[in-house]
Amino acid sequence: MPSVPYPLAFAAVAILALAVSPHAQDTSSPRAQDTSSPRAQDTSERPAWQEHGIKPQSPDSPFGEVVSGLYFRSKETQAMQADDFNNPGFLAVEQGEDLWSKVDGAAGKSCASCHNEAATAMKGVAAAYPKWNGKLGKPVNLEQRINICRSGALKAEPWAFGSPELTAMTTYIRNQSRGMPVAVKVDGPMTPWFDRGKALYYQRNGQLDLACASCHEKNHGKYLRADFLSQGQSNGFPVYRLRDQRLVPLHERMEGCMQDVRATPYKPLSDEFLALETYVAWRGLGLPVETPAVRN
Amino acid sequence: MADVKPRIKLDKKDVAQGGVIEVKTLVSHTMESGQRKDKDGKTIPRKILNTFICDLNGKTIFSADLESAVSANPYFQFKLKPEESGTLTFTWIDDDGSKIQATEQIKVS
Repeated sequence: MPSVPYPLAFAAVAILALAVSPHAQDTSSPRAQDTSSPRAQDTSERPAWQEHGIKPQSPDSPFGEVVSGLYFRSKETQAMQADDFNNPGFLAVEQGEDLWSKVDGAAGKSCASCHNEAATAMKGVAAAYPKWNGKLGKPVNLEQRINICRSGALKAEPWAFGSPELTAMTTYIRNQSRGMPVAVKVDGPMTPWFDRGKALYYQRNGQLDLACASCHEKNHGKYLRADFLSQGQSNGFPVYRLRDQRLVPLHERMEGCMQDVRATPYKPLSDEFLALETYVAWRGLGLPVETPAVRN
Repeated sequence: MADVKPRIKLDKKDVAQGGVIEVKTLVSHTMESGQRKDKDGKTIPRKILNTFICDLNGKTIFSADLESAVSANPYFQFKLKPEESGTLTFTWIDDDGSKIQATEQIKVS
């Protein structure tokens, strides 16, 4: 465009730079040449997430490769998770371990009174949650299952969602399945819940009019401003979020996503989030449980 | 604070004279900065671990002052060149004066 006046050409380059920024990796991009900004020298690498995943177990899976959120995070975050000592999520695992054998409630029992050793009794259990509960006629997730035990067998007060105790116990029990594949069942009575979860996943929400799929299915592996989008897998939850400096349960994370698109979030442990949790677990079928994972 | 169990890991507990031990510590604490406000707009008072001390047989060999910008669950990693066998004592001092303590035995041969 030889006849275009300079300021316009400049603007066109600037817009182009914005448009390609999610893919900008080559040093010839206009931004990289702009040495006036200290950020132009930024050499940080985007995480290489490809080929760290597994083949989808279901032919209906929307992914060619199912990849844990771990590989969408920086090397430093991955290293923190890999070392059980550095991983601050283990503070909650230890808290959960103490609570496991702590007597609570009118029945004078602890979790250990019925289940004995968590390492054997709970091995692989959490990988199959949310799970159909025949008595209630609906699926329950791990938090709800823990509270059913508390109000039933223990005759104790159920723990509030988001309380350190409930999150620690959830983390401890899920940690007993660490490394085992996510194995949620979505057939039989779970079918309508799976369908509802799927509908919610593709339902656009909020002022920004975004569905879960808008980011996590169509745009994972790209930047949304400073956020590097993952596939939104649930295999590491509850996760230690460096931002919050504590363990965050899955439904709180979903609430956060809904707030980010300026929607009114569903309530934690609501049927909507339960259906969504079921569906999201299916999207990550076969991924190893990582609890407690570390994320930013 | 009595129920806080610090996590401590030494890469080895038995070293030759002049040998180096790498120490890692992680302790659970909210490190409330004193900058945040609660729902009613009132400042949440500062409550942090303000000091970390590592003693060998009662003699301080490593210490650190922590400030309010240190994140929750502070983690320390440092190296020691112990000159004698004995007891390593790790102490974290809270703003309220309470202490979190743990010990490890090491041997220098």
